[in-house]
Amino acid sequence: MYGNDMKFLKSHEWIKLEQDNIAYIGISDHAQSLLGDVVYLELPKVGQHINMHDTIGVVESVKAASDLYSPASGEVIAINEEAVNNPSILNSDPHLSGWLIKIKLSKTSELEQLINATDYQNLIC
Amino acid sequence: MLKTPFYDCHVNSNAKLVEFCGYSLPINYGSQIKEHEAVRNDAGMFDVSHMQIIDLSGSNTKDLLRLMLSNDVSKLDKHGIGKALYCAMLNEEAGVIDDLIVYLLEDKYRIVANSGTREKDLAWITSKAKDFDVTVTVRKDLAILAVQGPKAISKVAMARPDITKQLTDLKQFSSFTAHGCFYARTGYTGENGLEIIIPNEQAITLWQDLLNVNIAPCGLGARDTLRLEAGMNLYGHDMDENINPLVCGMDWVVDLNDPKRVFVGKDKYLQIKKQAQHQVQIGVILEGKGVLREGQKIIIGDKESGTITSGTFSPTLKSSIAIARVNNNNVSTAKVDIRGNLEPIRFVKLPFVRNGKILIEE
Repeated sequence: MYGNDMKFLKSHEWIKLEQDNIAYIGISDHAQSLLGDVVYLELPKVGQHINMHDTIGVVESVKAASDLYSPASGEVIAINEEAVNNPSILNSDPHLSGWLIKIKLSKTSELEQLINATDYQNLIC
Repeated sequence: MLKTPFYDCHVNSNAKLVEFCGYSLPINYGSQIKEHEAVRNDAGMFDVSHMQIIDLSGSNTKDLLRLMLSNDVSKLDKHGIGKALYCAMLNEEAGVIDDLIVYLLEDKYRIVANSGTREKDLAWITSKAKDFDVTVTVRKDLAILAVQGPKAISKVAMARPDITKQLTDLKQFSSFTAHGCFYARTGYTGENGLEIIIPNEQAITLWQDLLNVNIAPCGLGARDTLRLEAGMNLYGHDMDENINPLVCGMDWVVDLNDPKRVFVGKDKYLQIKKQAQHQVQIGVILEGKGVLREGQKIIIGDKESGTITSGTFSPTLKSSIAIARVNNNNVSTAKVDIRGNLEPIRFVKLPFVRNGKILIEE
Protein backbone atom coordinates (compact mmCIF):
# COMPACT_ATOMS: atom_id res chain seq x y z
CA MET A 1 0.00 0.00 0.00
CA TYR A 2 2.61 2.55 1.04
CA GLY A 3 5.60 1.99 -1.24
CA ASN A 4 9.15 2.81 -0.26
CA ASP A 5 9.20 5.43 -2.99
CA MET A 6 6.67 7.51 -0.97
CA LYS A 7 7.42 10.02 1.75
CA PHE A 8 4.81 11.75 3.93
CA LEU A 9 3.77 14.71 5.99
CA LYS A 10 1.88 14.08 9.27
CA SER A 11 -1.06 15.75 7.54
CA HIS A 12 -1.23 12.78 5.14
CA GLU A 13 0.19 14.28 1.95
CA TRP A 14 2.64 12.03 0.04
CA ILE A 15 5.44 12.91 -2.34
CA LYS A 16 7.24 10.66 -4.89
CA LEU A 17 10.52 11.73 -6.48
CA GLU A 18 11.05 10.88 -10.15
CA GLN A 19 14.19 11.83 -12.10
CA ASP A 20 15.58 15.34 -12.68
CA ASN A 21 14.11 16.70 -9.38
CA ILE A 22 10.56 16.21 -10.63
CA ALA A 23 8.16 14.97 -7.95
CA TYR A 24 4.45 14.15 -7.64
CA ILE A 25 2.29 15.13 -4.65
CA GLY A 26 -1.02 13.65 -3.50
CA ILE A 27 -2.98 12.58 -0.43
CA SER A 28 -2.70 9.15 1.17
CA ASP A 29 -5.22 6.32 1.13
CA HIS A 30 -5.68 6.89 4.86
CA ALA A 31 -6.55 10.54 4.19
CA GLN A 32 -9.18 9.69 1.56
CA SER A 33 -10.77 7.14 3.85
CA LEU A 34 -11.01 9.74 6.64
CA LEU A 35 -12.54 12.30 4.26
CA GLY A 36 -15.10 10.12 2.52
CA ASP A 37 -16.32 10.93 -1.01
CA VAL A 38 -14.20 13.81 -2.33
CA VAL A 39 -16.34 16.29 -4.29
CA TYR A 40 -14.16 19.37 -4.87
CA LEU A 41 -10.48 20.28 -5.25
CA GLU A 42 -8.71 23.62 -5.10
CA LEU A 43 -5.16 23.36 -6.42
CA PRO A 44 -2.34 25.86 -7.00
CA LYS A 45 -1.75 27.36 -10.43
CA VAL A 46 0.81 26.02 -12.89
CA GLY A 47 3.91 28.21 -12.60
CA GLN A 48 3.20 29.03 -8.95
CA HIS A 49 6.17 28.74 -6.54
CA ILE A 50 5.28 26.86 -3.36
CA ASN A 51 7.20 26.34 -0.12
CA MET A 52 7.32 23.31 2.14
CA HIS A 53 4.45 23.40 4.67
CA ASP A 54 2.56 26.11 2.73
CA THR A 55 -1.21 25.68 2.43
CA ILE A 56 -1.46 25.08 -1.31
CA GLY A 57 -5.05 24.03 -1.76
CA VAL A 58 -8.17 22.37 -0.40
CA VAL A 59 -9.57 18.85 -0.63
CA GLU A 60 -13.28 18.97 0.11
CA SER A 61 -15.51 16.01 0.82
CA VAL A 62 -19.19 15.90 1.72
CA LYS A 63 -18.03 15.72 5.32
CA ALA A 64 -15.37 18.41 5.58
CA ALA A 65 -12.94 20.75 3.84
CA SER A 66 -9.32 19.82 4.45
CA ASP A 67 -6.36 22.10 3.74
CA LEU A 68 -3.64 20.66 1.51
CA TYR A 69 -0.07 21.25 2.71
CA SER A 70 3.03 21.04 0.53
CA PRO A 71 5.63 18.43 1.47
CA ALA A 72 8.31 20.33 -0.51
CA SER A 73 9.36 23.60 -2.14
CA GLY A 74 9.48 24.25 -5.87
CA GLU A 75 7.60 25.29 -8.99
CA VAL A 76 4.25 23.75 -9.93
CA ILE A 77 4.67 22.39 -13.45
CA ALA A 78 1.36 20.56 -13.75
CA ILE A 79 -1.87 19.86 -11.87
CA ASN A 80 -4.11 16.84 -12.38
CA GLU A 81 -7.04 18.23 -14.40
CA GLU A 82 -8.68 14.82 -14.50
CA ALA A 83 -8.86 14.81 -10.71
CA VAL A 84 -10.23 18.36 -10.67
CA ASN A 85 -13.06 17.32 -12.99
CA ASN A 86 -13.64 13.99 -11.29
CA PRO A 87 -12.52 14.22 -7.65
CA SER A 88 -13.69 10.67 -6.89
CA ILE A 89 -10.35 9.48 -8.36
CA LEU A 90 -8.81 10.49 -5.04
CA ASN A 91 -10.99 7.92 -3.33
CA SER A 92 -10.46 5.11 -5.84
CA ASP A 93 -6.74 5.58 -6.64
CA PRO A 94 -5.12 8.14 -4.30
CA HIS A 95 -1.51 7.03 -4.87
CA LEU A 96 -1.40 6.79 -8.69
CA SER A 97 -4.00 8.33 -10.98
CA GLY A 98 -5.19 10.47 -8.04
CA TRP A 99 -1.91 12.51 -8.00
CA LEU A 100 -2.61 16.21 -7.52
CA ILE A 101 0.50 18.28 -8.29
CA LYS A 102 3.65 17.77 -10.36
CA ILE A 103 6.48 19.92 -9.01
CA LYS A 104 10.08 20.77 -9.93
CA LEU A 105 11.85 20.69 -6.56
CA SER A 106 14.05 23.61 -5.55
CA LYS A 107 15.50 22.03 -2.39
CA THR A 108 15.72 18.20 -2.65
CA SER A 109 17.34 18.07 0.81
CA GLU A 110 13.92 18.89 2.30
CA LEU A 111 12.81 15.32 1.51
CA GLU A 112 15.02 14.07 4.33
CA GLN A 113 12.74 15.83 6.85
CA LEU A 114 9.72 13.80 5.72
CA ILE A 115 8.29 10.58 7.20
CA ASN A 116 9.13 7.33 5.38
CA ALA A 117 6.55 4.67 4.46
CA THR A 118 7.19 2.37 7.43
CA ASP A 119 6.98 5.19 9.97
CA TYR A 120 3.84 6.59 8.28
CA GLN A 121 2.17 3.20 8.52
CA ASN A 122 2.94 3.10 12.24
CA LEU A 123 1.67 6.63 12.62
CA ILE A 124 -1.77 5.86 11.22
CA CYS A 125 -2.34 2.62 13.14
CA MET B 1 -21.71 3.04 22.90
CA LEU B 2 -25.11 1.43 22.36
CA LYS B 3 -25.62 -1.13 19.62
CA THR B 4 -28.75 -1.72 17.57
CA PRO B 5 -29.96 -5.27 16.75
CA PHE B 6 -28.38 -4.84 13.29
CA TYR B 7 -24.86 -4.21 14.61
CA ASP B 8 -23.38 -7.51 13.38
CA CYS B 9 -24.95 -6.91 9.96
CA HIS B 10 -23.07 -3.61 9.68
CA VAL B 11 -19.79 -5.23 10.63
CA ASN B 12 -20.34 -8.03 8.10
CA SER B 13 -21.11 -5.51 5.35
CA ASN B 14 -17.86 -3.61 6.02
CA ALA B 15 -19.51 -0.57 7.52
CA LYS B 16 -17.49 2.43 8.58
CA LEU B 17 -18.97 2.84 12.08
CA VAL B 18 -19.29 6.13 13.92
CA GLU B 19 -20.94 7.31 17.10
CA PHE B 20 -24.38 8.86 16.54
CA CYS B 21 -26.79 9.80 19.37
CA GLY B 22 -24.90 7.39 21.62
CA TYR B 23 -25.20 4.49 19.14
CA SER B 24 -22.58 2.80 16.98
CA LEU B 25 -23.99 3.23 13.46
CA PRO B 26 -22.69 3.11 9.88
CA ILE B 27 -21.79 6.40 8.24
CA ASN B 28 -21.26 4.46 5.00
CA TYR B 29 -20.30 1.03 3.67
CA GLY B 30 -17.60 2.33 1.30
CA SER B 31 -19.13 5.22 -0.64
CA GLN B 32 -22.03 7.37 0.51
CA ILE B 33 -22.44 8.70 -3.03
CA LYS B 34 -22.92 5.17 -4.40
CA GLU B 35 -25.42 4.43 -1.61
CA HIS B 36 -27.30 7.64 -2.42
CA GLU B 37 -27.51 6.61 -6.07
CA ALA B 38 -28.75 3.13 -5.11
CA VAL B 39 -31.71 4.72 -3.32
CA ARG B 40 -32.52 7.12 -6.17
CA ASN B 41 -32.31 4.38 -8.84
CA ASP B 42 -33.01 1.06 -7.12
CA ALA B 43 -33.37 0.23 -3.41
CA GLY B 44 -31.34 0.81 -0.25
CA MET B 45 -31.82 0.01 3.43
CA PHE B 46 -31.04 2.03 6.56
CA ASP B 47 -30.85 0.83 10.15
CA VAL B 48 -32.80 3.54 12.01
CA SER B 49 -33.31 1.57 15.22
CA HIS B 50 -31.77 4.44 17.18
CA MET B 51 -35.05 6.35 16.69
CA GLN B 52 -37.53 6.25 19.56
CA ILE B 53 -40.86 4.41 19.34
CA ILE B 54 -43.45 5.43 21.91
CA ASP B 55 -46.82 3.69 22.02
CA LEU B 56 -49.71 5.53 23.70
CA SER B 57 -52.94 3.82 24.73
CA GLY B 58 -55.90 4.59 26.98
CA SER B 59 -59.26 6.26 26.65
CA ASN B 60 -57.86 9.80 26.52
CA THR B 61 -55.04 9.31 24.07
CA LYS B 62 -56.60 11.27 21.24
CA ASP B 63 -57.25 14.24 23.56
CA LEU B 64 -53.65 14.18 24.78
CA LEU B 65 -52.29 14.13 21.24
CA ARG B 66 -54.64 16.93 20.11
CA LEU B 67 -53.18 19.03 22.93
CA MET B 68 -49.56 18.06 22.47
CA LEU B 69 -49.06 18.03 18.70
CA SER B 70 -49.24 20.87 16.17
CA ASN B 71 -51.09 18.72 13.66
CA ASP B 72 -54.56 17.38 14.46
CA VAL B 73 -54.72 13.58 14.89
CA SER B 74 -58.53 13.61 14.59
CA LYS B 75 -57.89 13.92 10.83
CA LEU B 76 -56.67 10.31 10.92
CA ASP B 77 -60.08 8.90 11.82
CA LYS B 78 -61.53 9.32 8.35
CA HIS B 79 -58.56 7.51 6.76
CA GLY B 80 -58.74 4.55 9.12
CA ILE B 81 -56.35 2.34 11.03
CA GLY B 82 -52.75 2.59 9.87
CA LYS B 83 -52.79 6.21 8.71
CA ALA B 84 -49.76 8.39 9.54
CA LEU B 85 -49.39 12.09 10.32
CA TYR B 86 -46.22 14.23 10.36
CA CYS B 87 -46.26 16.68 13.27
CA ALA B 88 -44.25 19.14 15.27
CA MET B 89 -44.33 18.99 19.05
CA LEU B 90 -44.17 22.60 20.22
CA ASN B 91 -43.31 24.23 23.52
CA GLU B 92 -45.22 27.20 24.98
CA GLU B 93 -43.09 29.62 22.93
CA ALA B 94 -44.06 27.74 19.74
CA GLY B 95 -40.49 26.47 19.47
CA VAL B 96 -40.05 22.98 18.00
CA ILE B 97 -39.25 20.36 20.64
CA ASP B 98 -39.11 17.65 17.97
CA ASP B 99 -40.62 16.58 14.66
CA LEU B 100 -42.23 13.14 14.55
CA ILE B 101 -44.71 10.85 12.83
CA VAL B 102 -47.77 9.54 14.67
CA TYR B 103 -49.71 6.47 13.45
CA LEU B 104 -53.32 5.59 14.29
CA LEU B 105 -53.23 1.86 15.09
CA GLU B 106 -55.82 -0.73 16.14
CA ASP B 107 -55.62 -0.24 19.90
CA LYS B 108 -53.13 2.63 20.26
CA TYR B 109 -51.29 5.53 18.66
CA ARG B 110 -47.62 5.04 17.82
CA ILE B 111 -45.09 7.88 17.75
CA VAL B 112 -41.73 7.53 16.00
CA ALA B 113 -39.43 10.39 17.01
CA ASN B 114 -35.79 11.40 16.82
CA SER B 115 -33.07 9.73 18.79
CA GLY B 116 -31.12 12.83 19.74
CA THR B 117 -34.18 14.21 21.51
CA ARG B 118 -35.34 10.98 23.09
CA GLU B 119 -34.85 11.91 26.72
CA LYS B 120 -36.50 15.31 26.55
CA ASP B 121 -39.33 13.98 24.32
CA LEU B 122 -40.15 11.22 26.79
CA ALA B 123 -40.03 13.60 29.76
CA TRP B 124 -42.32 16.07 27.97
CA ILE B 125 -44.84 13.42 26.86
CA THR B 126 -44.88 11.75 30.28
CA SER B 127 -45.49 15.03 32.07
CA LYS B 128 -48.33 16.03 29.71
CA ALA B 129 -49.86 12.53 29.98
CA LYS B 130 -50.22 12.85 33.77
CA ASP B 131 -53.55 14.67 33.36
CA PHE B 132 -54.96 12.06 31.00
CA ASP B 133 -55.86 8.38 31.14
CA VAL B 134 -52.94 7.35 28.94
CA THR B 135 -50.26 4.67 29.22
CA VAL B 136 -46.91 5.68 27.73
CA THR B 137 -44.71 2.77 26.60
CA VAL B 138 -41.24 3.14 25.11
CA ARG B 139 -40.73 0.19 22.72
CA LYS B 140 -37.12 -0.85 23.27
CA ASP B 141 -38.07 -4.33 22.03
CA LEU B 142 -38.44 -3.16 18.42
CA ALA B 143 -35.93 -2.45 15.64
CA ILE B 144 -36.54 -0.22 12.60
CA LEU B 145 -35.30 -0.67 9.04
CA ALA B 146 -36.06 1.91 6.35
CA VAL B 147 -36.10 0.48 2.83
CA GLN B 148 -36.23 3.22 0.20
CA GLY B 149 -36.11 3.61 -3.57
CA PRO B 150 -38.25 2.99 -6.67
CA LYS B 151 -37.69 -0.78 -6.36
CA ALA B 152 -37.93 -0.94 -2.55
CA ILE B 153 -41.50 -2.18 -2.21
CA SER B 154 -41.27 -4.74 -5.03
CA LYS B 155 -38.02 -6.12 -3.61
CA VAL B 156 -39.45 -6.38 -0.09
CA ALA B 157 -42.40 -8.25 -1.65
CA MET B 158 -39.90 -10.70 -3.23
CA ALA B 159 -38.42 -11.33 0.21
CA ARG B 160 -41.85 -11.51 1.90
CA PRO B 161 -44.17 -12.95 -0.78
CA ASP B 162 -46.97 -13.75 1.69
CA ILE B 163 -47.69 -10.03 2.16
CA THR B 164 -47.38 -9.05 -1.51
CA LYS B 165 -51.03 -7.94 -1.72
CA GLN B 166 -50.87 -5.78 1.40
CA LEU B 167 -47.64 -4.20 0.16
CA THR B 168 -49.09 -3.49 -3.28
CA ASP B 169 -52.29 -2.02 -1.80
CA LEU B 170 -50.48 0.06 0.83
CA LYS B 171 -51.27 3.75 0.36
CA GLN B 172 -48.81 6.60 0.91
CA PHE B 173 -48.50 7.57 4.56
CA SER B 174 -50.31 4.48 5.70
CA SER B 175 -49.29 1.24 7.44
CA PHE B 176 -50.30 -2.32 8.26
CA THR B 177 -49.20 -5.05 10.65
CA ALA B 178 -48.67 -8.67 9.59
CA HIS B 179 -47.17 -11.51 11.68
CA GLY B 180 -46.06 -9.05 14.34
CA CYS B 181 -44.19 -6.85 11.83
CA PHE B 182 -45.22 -3.28 11.08
CA TYR B 183 -44.87 -1.86 7.56
CA ALA B 184 -45.36 1.87 6.91
CA ARG B 185 -45.18 3.61 3.55
CA THR B 186 -43.20 6.54 4.92
CA GLY B 187 -39.61 7.65 4.59
CA TYR B 188 -36.94 10.32 4.78
CA THR B 189 -35.55 10.20 1.25
CA GLY B 190 -38.18 11.58 -1.13
CA GLU B 191 -38.47 8.15 -2.77
CA ASN B 192 -41.18 5.51 -2.50
CA GLY B 193 -40.47 2.93 0.17
CA LEU B 194 -41.14 1.51 3.61
CA GLU B 195 -40.18 1.87 7.22
CA ILE B 196 -40.39 -1.59 8.77
CA ILE B 197 -40.65 -2.10 12.54
CA ILE B 198 -39.88 -5.60 13.76
CA PRO B 199 -39.12 -7.37 17.04
CA ASN B 200 -35.39 -7.11 17.78
CA GLU B 201 -34.84 -10.86 17.42
CA GLN B 202 -36.06 -10.76 13.79
CA ALA B 203 -33.75 -7.95 12.70
CA ILE B 204 -30.83 -10.00 11.42
CA THR B 205 -33.04 -12.39 9.43
CA LEU B 206 -34.84 -9.47 7.78
CA TRP B 207 -31.50 -7.84 6.85
CA GLN B 208 -30.17 -11.06 5.36
CA ASP B 209 -33.38 -11.67 3.37
CA LEU B 210 -33.25 -8.15 1.94
CA LEU B 211 -29.54 -8.46 1.10
CA ASN B 212 -30.46 -11.59 -0.82
CA VAL B 213 -32.83 -9.59 -3.06
CA ASN B 214 -30.10 -7.02 -3.72
CA ILE B 215 -31.11 -4.17 -1.48
CA ALA B 216 -28.01 -2.08 -0.75
CA PRO B 217 -26.97 -1.27 2.83
CA CYS B 218 -26.90 2.53 3.21
CA GLY B 219 -25.46 4.66 6.00
CA LEU B 220 -26.03 7.98 7.73
CA GLY B 221 -24.03 9.88 5.13
CA ALA B 222 -26.38 8.91 2.31
CA ARG B 223 -29.38 9.43 4.60
CA ASP B 224 -28.37 13.07 4.99
CA THR B 225 -27.76 13.79 1.29
CA LEU B 226 -31.04 12.09 0.35
CA ARG B 227 -33.21 13.96 2.86
CA LEU B 228 -31.62 17.30 1.99
CA GLU B 229 -32.29 16.79 -1.73
CA ALA B 230 -35.87 15.94 -0.70
CA GLY B 231 -36.13 19.22 1.22
CA MET B 232 -36.73 17.50 4.56
CA ASN B 233 -35.69 19.12 7.82
CA LEU B 234 -33.10 17.69 10.18
CA TYR B 235 -33.82 18.41 13.84
CA GLY B 236 -31.07 20.22 15.67
CA HIS B 237 -29.95 21.88 12.44
CA ASP B 238 -32.87 23.20 10.36
CA MET B 239 -34.89 23.75 13.50
CA ASP B 240 -34.63 23.47 17.28
CA GLU B 241 -36.45 24.65 20.39
CA ASN B 242 -35.77 28.28 19.56
CA ILE B 243 -37.23 28.05 16.06
CA ASN B 244 -40.96 28.21 15.32
CA PRO B 245 -42.65 26.36 12.43
CA LEU B 246 -43.15 29.52 10.35
CA VAL B 247 -39.43 30.12 9.88
CA CYS B 248 -38.40 26.54 9.15
CA GLY B 249 -40.96 25.61 6.51
CA MET B 250 -43.21 23.72 8.91
CA ASP B 251 -46.30 25.94 9.00
CA TRP B 252 -48.11 23.28 6.97
CA VAL B 253 -47.98 20.86 9.94
CA VAL B 254 -49.71 23.34 12.22
CA ASP B 255 -53.44 22.64 11.85
CA LEU B 256 -55.64 25.62 12.77
CA ASN B 257 -58.83 24.30 11.14
CA ASP B 258 -60.59 23.57 14.44
CA PRO B 259 -60.68 26.92 16.26
CA LYS B 260 -61.79 25.12 19.44
CA ARG B 261 -58.67 22.94 19.56
CA VAL B 262 -56.21 24.10 22.18
CA PHE B 263 -52.65 22.93 21.63
CA VAL B 264 -49.35 23.79 23.30
CA GLY B 265 -47.76 26.78 21.57
CA LYS B 266 -50.91 27.85 19.71
CA ASP B 267 -51.19 31.37 21.15
CA LYS B 268 -47.57 32.27 20.54
CA TYR B 269 -47.71 30.73 17.08
CA LEU B 270 -50.72 32.86 16.11
CA GLN B 271 -48.96 35.97 17.43
CA ILE B 272 -45.88 35.32 15.28
CA LYS B 273 -48.02 34.49 12.25
CA LYS B 274 -49.73 37.89 12.49
CA GLN B 275 -46.34 39.62 12.35
CA ALA B 276 -45.59 38.47 8.77
CA GLN B 277 -42.11 40.02 9.07
CA HIS B 278 -40.53 36.74 10.07
CA GLN B 279 -37.74 34.89 8.34
CA VAL B 280 -38.56 32.12 5.87
CA GLN B 281 -37.02 28.83 4.82
CA ILE B 282 -35.60 28.53 1.31
CA GLY B 283 -33.50 26.16 -0.77
CA VAL B 284 -30.04 27.27 -1.91
CA ILE B 285 -27.84 26.11 -4.77
CA LEU B 286 -24.18 27.04 -4.92
CA GLU B 287 -23.30 28.23 -8.43
CA GLY B 288 -19.77 26.97 -8.94
CA LYS B 289 -17.65 24.68 -6.82
CA GLY B 290 -17.35 23.99 -3.12
CA VAL B 291 -19.73 22.81 -0.40
CA LEU B 292 -22.35 24.80 1.51
CA ARG B 293 -22.25 24.15 5.24
CA GLU B 294 -24.32 24.91 8.31
CA GLY B 295 -23.59 28.32 9.82
CA GLN B 296 -22.38 30.03 6.64
CA LYS B 297 -23.81 33.52 6.31
CA ILE B 298 -25.95 34.63 3.38
CA ILE B 299 -25.44 38.17 2.08
CA ILE B 300 -28.12 40.01 0.08
CA GLY B 301 -26.92 43.34 -1.29
CA ASP B 302 -24.42 44.22 1.40
CA LYS B 303 -26.37 42.95 4.36
CA GLU B 304 -26.09 39.69 6.24
CA SER B 305 -29.62 38.36 5.67
CA GLY B 306 -29.63 34.75 6.70
CA THR B 307 -27.82 31.50 7.47
CA ILE B 308 -27.33 28.08 5.97
CA THR B 309 -29.06 25.68 8.39
CA SER B 310 -27.84 22.53 6.67
CA GLY B 311 -25.79 21.96 3.54
CA THR B 312 -24.15 19.20 1.56
CA PHE B 313 -23.07 18.08 -1.90
CA SER B 314 -25.97 16.74 -3.98
CA PRO B 315 -25.02 13.61 -5.92
CA THR B 316 -28.15 13.98 -8.09
CA LEU B 317 -27.59 17.65 -9.00
CA LYS B 318 -23.79 17.34 -8.87
CA SER B 319 -23.45 20.61 -7.03
CA SER B 320 -23.75 21.83 -3.48
CA ILE B 321 -27.23 22.48 -2.05
CA ALA B 322 -28.53 23.71 1.25
CA ILE B 323 -31.54 24.61 3.33
CA ALA B 324 -31.38 28.16 4.68
CA ARG B 325 -33.29 30.60 6.86
CA VAL B 326 -33.35 34.12 5.42
CA ASN B 327 -35.12 37.46 5.75
CA ASN B 328 -38.17 37.46 3.51
CA ASN B 329 -37.11 39.00 0.20
CA ASN B 330 -37.80 39.08 -3.55
CA VAL B 331 -34.35 38.26 -4.85
CA SER B 332 -33.43 35.06 -6.62
CA THR B 333 -29.64 35.30 -6.24
CA ALA B 334 -27.30 36.28 -3.42
CA LYS B 335 -23.87 35.49 -1.97
CA VAL B 336 -22.68 33.11 0.71
CA ASP B 337 -19.55 33.58 2.83
CA ILE B 338 -17.45 30.42 2.45
CA ARG B 339 -14.29 30.68 4.55
CA GLY B 340 -14.00 34.41 3.86
CA ASN B 341 -14.86 34.31 0.15
CA LEU B 342 -18.23 35.54 -1.18
CA GLU B 343 -19.57 32.87 -3.58
CA PRO B 344 -22.68 33.24 -5.76
CA ILE B 345 -25.83 31.31 -4.78
CA ARG B 346 -29.33 30.94 -6.21
CA PHE B 347 -32.55 30.58 -4.16
CA VAL B 348 -34.97 27.81 -5.13
CA LYS B 349 -38.21 26.43 -3.74
CA LEU B 350 -37.81 23.14 -1.87
CA PRO B 351 -37.62 20.22 -2.60
CA PHE B 352 -34.72 19.86 -5.00
CA VAL B 353 -35.55 16.25 -5.95
CA ARG B 354 -38.66 14.06 -5.54
CA ASN B 355 -39.10 10.44 -6.76
CA GLY B 356 -35.80 10.63 -8.56
CA LYS B 357 -36.79 13.70 -10.57
CA ILE B 358 -34.98 17.02 -10.30
CA LEU B 359 -37.75 19.54 -9.63
CA ILE B 360 -35.83 22.78 -9.66
CA GLU B 361 -34.60 24.68 -12.72
CA GLU B 362 -31.02 23.65 -13.39
